[in-house]
Formats: sequence, C-alpha cells, structure tokens
Amino acid sequence: MQTINRFLYGPTAEEKVRAWQGKLRSEQRTIEREMRQLDTATKKAQGTVKQLAKKGDVKSARIMAREVVRSHKQMDRLSVSKARLGSIGNQLQQQLAMAKVTGSLQKSTEIMKLSNSLIKLPQISQTMREMSMEMTKAGIMEEMLDDTLQFEDDEELDVEADAEVDKVLYDLTEGKLGQAGTVKEDLPVPIEWEEVSVAPILKNGKTVIPDAAISSVKKNTVALKGPLATPIGKGHVSLNLTLRRTFNLFANVRPCLSIQGFKTPYDDVNTVLIRENTEGEYSGIEHEVVDGVVQSIKLITWDASERVARYAFHYAQSQGRKRVTAVHKANIMKMSDGMFLSACRQVAKEFPEITYDEDLLDRVCLQVVQNPKPYADRVMVMPNLYGDILSDMCAGLIGGLGLTPSGNIGRDASIFEAVHGSAPDIAGKGLANPTALLLSSIMMLRHMNLNEHASKIESAALSTIAEGKAITGDLGGKASTKEYTSAIIDKLRRA
Amino acid sequence: MSATVYVGQERVGRGRFGPRERVIAMWAKDDAVTLIPGDGIGNEITDSVKEIFEHVNAPIEWEQYNVSGMSSEGEDLFKQAMESLRRNRVGLKGILFTPISQSGHISWNVAMRQQLDIYASVVLCKSLPGFPTRHNNVDFAIIRENTEGEYSGLEHQSFPGVVESLKVSTRAKAERICRFAFDFALKNNRKKVTCVHKANIMKLGDGLFLNTFRRVAEDYKSTGIEFNDMIVDNTSMQLVARPTQFDVMVMPNLYGAIVSNIGAALVGGPGIVPGCNVGREYALFEPGCRHVAKDIMGTNRANPSAMILSATMMLRHLGLDHLANSVASATFDVINAGKVRTADMGGSATTSEFTAAVIKNLN
Repeated sequence: MQTINRFLYGPTAEEKVRAWQGKLRSEQRTIEREMRQLDTATKKAQGTVKQLAKKGDVKSARIMAREVVRSHKQMDRLSVSKARLGSIGNQLQQQLAMAKVTGSLQKSTEIMKLSNSLIKLPQISQTMREMSMEMTKAGIMEEMLDDTLQFEDDEELDVEADAEVDKVLYDLTEGKLGQAGTVKEDLPVPIEWEEVSVAPILKNGKTVIPDAAISSVKKNTVALKGPLATPIGKGHVSLNLTLRRTFNLFANVRPCLSIQGFKTPYDDVNTVLIRENTEGEYSGIEHEVVDGVVQSIKLITWDASERVARYAFHYAQSQGRKRVTAVHKANIMKMSDGMFLSACRQVAKEFPEITYDEDLLDRVCLQVVQNPKPYADRVMVMPNLYGDILSDMCAGLIGGLGLTPSGNIGRDASIFEAVHGSAPDIAGKGLANPTALLLSSIMMLRHMNLNEHASKIESAALSTIAEGKAITGDLGGKASTKEYTSAIIDKLRRA
Repeated sequence: MSATVYVGQERVGRGRFGPRERVIAMWAKDDAVTLIPGDGIGNEITDSVKEIFEHVNAPIEWEQYNVSGMSSEGEDLFKQAMESLRRNRVGLKGILFTPISQSGHISWNVAMRQQLDIYASVVLCKSLPGFPTRHNNVDFAIIRENTEGEYSGLEHQSFPGVVESLKVSTRAKAERICRFAFDFALKNNRKKVTCVHKANIMKLGDGLFLNTFRRVAEDYKSTGIEFNDMIVDNTSMQLVARPTQFDVMVMPNLYGAIVSNIGAALVGGPGIVPGCNVGREYALFEPGCRHVAKDIMGTNRANPSAMILSATMMLRHLGLDHLANSVASATFDVINAGKVRTADMGGSATTSEFTAAVIKNLN
C-alpha cells in the first residue's frame, strides 16, 4: 500500500521535510566552511595592512583595508544566512507537527521570506532555488513574485566604503593611519550625492520624515542637510529632534571662526564647541505637580556623558587642538553636572597628550565675550543647554548663524547642516547666503577624512568673502547665490 | 539728583512707592548693616567701600562677618551672619566660594537668597563714559529670578549612572518677578521689557514663565511699556552682536547667570557691574557678576568699582540719596578721567590707589 501511495503521490510530507532538513544542514556546513576560509583570509589581509602602514605605503594599505571591510561585510552576510537556514529548519519542524494533525503541509510566509532572501546568496543560491521550487509544489510557499535577483549589497559597499575604510585603517594601525590616509585625488571631490527630501509628510495623522530619507541616511551614514522648519502648532515633534533620535546623533559640533572681510567687534574668534545632544535639560520630561508648579527634569547619564566626552577628545586629537575644557555648573548642580565632569575626567585619562581642564559656565561666558582669543587652542565640551546657548553666542561673535557650520555626530550616521532658519522670505529668489551650508559640507569632508579637499574649498570660500566682490546681501554685497558660488569655483580652478 | 543717570542710580525697591522704609526691630541698631566680605577679592573690595564710607561719614554701622565658603567649617559663622541679616534687613556682601565636589557644602550664596526670599536679582550693564569697549551705548538691566528654577538643589540618582536634576518653576514666583521687572521699568523710565526663556523646548516650565509674563504685561499695557520675548540662545547671540536693542530683561535663574556674564563682558568685566538682590523683607547688595576671583585674591589688584557702586545702590535703598550720588559720581569721574585704573581696565593702579583716587575726588 505504502509503495503504491509513494508511486502515485511521491514521498510523504514527513519524508519531504526530512530531505529538506538534510539539505539545509549541508548548506549550513558549506557556509561554515566558507566563513572559516574568509576568517583566515581577513586575518592575513589585516596583517598586510599593518605592514604596509608601517612602511608608509598609504595607498596600498587603503586598498587592502577596503578588502578587509569587504570581508567583514561578507562575514556578516554569511552568519546571517546561516542563522536563516537554521530558522527555516525550525519552521519546517513546526510544519511537520502541524502536518501530523491536519494531514498536509501549510503555507508559511515565514519560510517564504527566509528562502527568498537566501536565494540571493551566491554560494547556496542553486540549492535554495531548487528547494524553493519543491516547497512551492508542496504548498508551503507561493510562487515567487519577484524573481529579480539584486545584489544591492555590493553597490552599497562602495558608497559606504570610504568612511568604513578609514575606521578600519585607523583601528588596525592604532591610530597612525586613517587620519593621514586620504588618497590624493584631484577635485572633483569623490562624493556621490544621493538627494532625498526630508520635507515632512503626513503619515497616520502625524508629520514625519519620509522613509526614503531615513533609509538613505542610514545606508550612506553621512548626510548634508539644509534648514528644516517644524510646522508650528500642537502635536508636532520637532523634525530635527526626530532626526536626532532616529540616528542617535549624540554630539553636536559647532566651530566658529572669524571670517575675514566680514567685520564684527571680534576678529580673533576660533572656538570649537561640542554639545551633548540627547539628554540634559532637553529630556522633555516635564509635569505640572499641582496647578502653577512645574518640574522639568534635567537628565544626565554616565553613558551619554562619556560618549560625548570621548568624541570631544577624539575631535581635539584629529583637529590638532591640545586642550579639552569641560564647561559646567557643578557648584550648583553637584550631582548631575558633577557626573558629567567625572565622565570627562575618566575619558581624559585615555588621552594623556591632551590637556584637560574644567571651567564654570559663568566664567566661560564672561571670558569668551571679553576676549575669545585664548579659546582658540581648545575644544569645549558641555551638556545640552549650555552648549545650545554658548554655541549661538559664539556664532553671534563672528556675525551670526549664516556663517557657522554644524555637524551632528551619531552612532548610526552623521548629519551636517546649516543651523540657520529656512528663511521663507527670500526662498527661491537666489539671494541666500550658502556659506553656512558650504562650511558644513567642508566639515563633512573633514569628517570623511578628505582633509585636502576640505582645505581647498575652505580657502577658496573664505578668500571670496574676504575680497568682498561677490558676496551676498546679508554680508553687505550684491551678488546672488549663483554669482557667489561661481566666484568660489573660479578660485578653485585657479588654485 | 543730577541730570545724567549713571549706572547704579536705579531704584530697586519693591512697589511703586520708592525705597521701602526699613521696619527697624527693637533690638537692631537703626544704622546697622550686615557686611559679609566673602571669599577671593571680597576683603579688598569691601575694605575700599568701608574706607570711602568712613570718609563721607555715612551713617552706617557695619556688622561684619568674615564667612568663608572655602571649607564647610564656617557654617556657624554663616548662620550668625544670616541672623544679623534678618535683624538688619540690609546687607552688603562679596561672593562666597562654593566647592564643586559633591561632598562639599551647598552654595551659601544661593542658600541666602532662598532663605531670605530675596527673589529679584538686579544687574545693571551700562557702558561707562571714558571707558570704550568693543560695544558702545550698552545700557540694559537684567532682572533675574533668584530663588527657584535650576537652582532648586533637588537632585537624585535614580539608578547608577542616571541622575535627575529638578528645575522647579512656579506661577507665583514667575508672576512676582515679572511684576518686579515692569515696576522697575516704570520707576526708572525704561521703555521695554524683554522676557528671556526656552519655552520652545521646556514647554511646561519655561512655558509657564512666558505665559505669566504675557499676562502680567497685559496689566501694564496702560503704562506704555513695550514688551517682547526672546529665546535664550538667540538672546545671547543678539547680545554679543547688537546689545543696544535691550532695555530691561527678565528671566529665570540659570539664564540670568549666563546673560549677566555676557552683559558684564560687553561693558568691561565683572569689576564694574553692580547688582543687588531684593525681596519683600530684605535687600542684599553684591557685585552683579558673581565671581570669587581667587586668582587675583590678596594681590591688591581687584577693581572695587562694582562693590562701590553696589554700595551706593544700598545707600539709595536706605534713603541716603545725597551720599549715594556723590560717591557714585566720584567713582565715575575717576574712571572717566582714566588716570587711575586697575588692571582689568587696562591700567596699573592697585585697589587702594583706586580707592584713594575716589576719596580725593570726593573732596
């Protein structure tokens, strides 16, 4: 009877599942083998990078570092695939249990999703494809609707690579390379823009930032952003706040440099201020205890304080500033600001070549406004509110937000932006001063270790302003945005 | 009163009826004033005031308490000084040092303001004739809430590595400081009151302050005093770029610390900015920019102007306008003449030389 059944209907459900599970296990072994090989290869490549770095062959080191990044990525992909195979196995086991009750195998979207993603992996693509077809016949899966196989991950790699490579290079050479390790290339800057709109859209009755923008920033990890106005009215969460939360932008970097040719009462400003960006007075935790009595909570955590402190020291190190000053009000807020200070102190021990000191908020306000010059040698780091106020104050010293760049450094991405408003009154007229955004993009280049490009563009922009022939209305000139831009490009060509 | 209104001539008494009459307790001498020189340069600059007051025969008897915040041992003396202040209701003080470490005592400066409920801090920033700085024609008054906000002192660690610090804002205190600001503007012929806040972020806390300000402003509409509000980060940017747009500014506690320091820097530093703290019962006069200045302590280099001007505000508060005016104008004359100036103003005179010059000018 059984033989006839088998002849008529093919193998039973149980047998089919057993066979698939066997295949899955053997594919898992294939992947494991692959991973071991990759691991040895990566270790070898890392060794080569170190050797090349010691010899000073930056270019080759970079190429090898790129290879290391690629391997890391591949490793990630393989281990995910292995896990996926395992989970298909589990799902099948469940199907089997169900089959015993209902007598047939059930459709499973879970298995479908998993197999679809696994088909994209070249190493096991063939087996997975065959298995999918069998499963479709057995009724577990539907026919695949989307049969196009995109190896999008590889394209992604190129865009991400540069930033990653620097990180790897930096880690592998214990900080010796990675800063200096920029490939010498002529302009144009090796950057490919992917333009997305962050203009808010309405989703479920809330204004949000479009998913396309978020996924693009997530993928590229570096972004340049224009001003963004939050619609006024109740219930709107600040869009900038949304970006900050989405990408864990924990540090806000605000350098202010006096611009020659734009006269203010101060001509020797060169400050850098790093502000904790996620908590503090801006925690948003507030409540009205009884009518007319409000408590607002300033939240300070060790983790957030430590990571912003570490970034401050890292920034000081990479930009050649010899001192980090923590700005606080710990005489009054002994616990909260006190903890911020002790986090800074602890991080300071890891950077013995950088001097660390602390200064009261009151004193810093007073002294920067009286004479900003002594602050040119250091990076100031502070909790959220103080940073907000002081960074705008420093911007005021050099002529306002139209001339200051800003960078938001995050765990998942870094976003560089102009902090001024969206100026709806002159929008579309071609009169706006793009300096803040340009300076922010220069900061972005430095963040990506394209220091040479950064310096070239910076000096072209600054000298254009200093000459004063083609400057925009807000700086006292008559030029349009376009004229100003082309004046800078002219300078770049001649340089 | 002379035609020109100098910095420090403002009236700061509560209400519209001029300086408050002192209610003299039975056990207090009628001319006693508590003096707390404070830490850092406090001794030098209060000596200067004492010397000048002696010269003009000011009817004031100092009750001096050398409280020091350098160690927590001075607590008994601090309590005695508080008793004396409660008795005399008027005091002159320098700044007491506050340790940063968590084991150290809380700020005694803040404790005084809270315990005596001297809720309004007044700081006057005005460009001095004869002493040009980067900015000209600066003339504004900072009215700062002195007893709550970020200085509540309420902090706790809810979990290792997570600290919460409470900022307390109340409608009652917001209202009285806003009223004080408008009264101040009215009495001193000021034209505009600006409310400084961060209500875009702290929607409830600073929102309460801003809404209260707007409500109070309605009450003062008939006086013709203009009013507006500005976010604190923008304010600090505007202050260093275009300071002349400000007249009277009113704000919660912490922003006051920031704005008064920026303001002092605009006109020439903490050495020339006078201030006072006023409540319903007590008035305590101290330099407007609260720095201990440990670095130049004991070197006889400090600028006593801020303390002298604060002391003249005190004289005015006590109804001794005549004396106040002559001491103030003597001080301004010395600064204006430019011959005797302390180091912070680019001169080389010592504190005692400056004092001597003021005394000479008084003759």
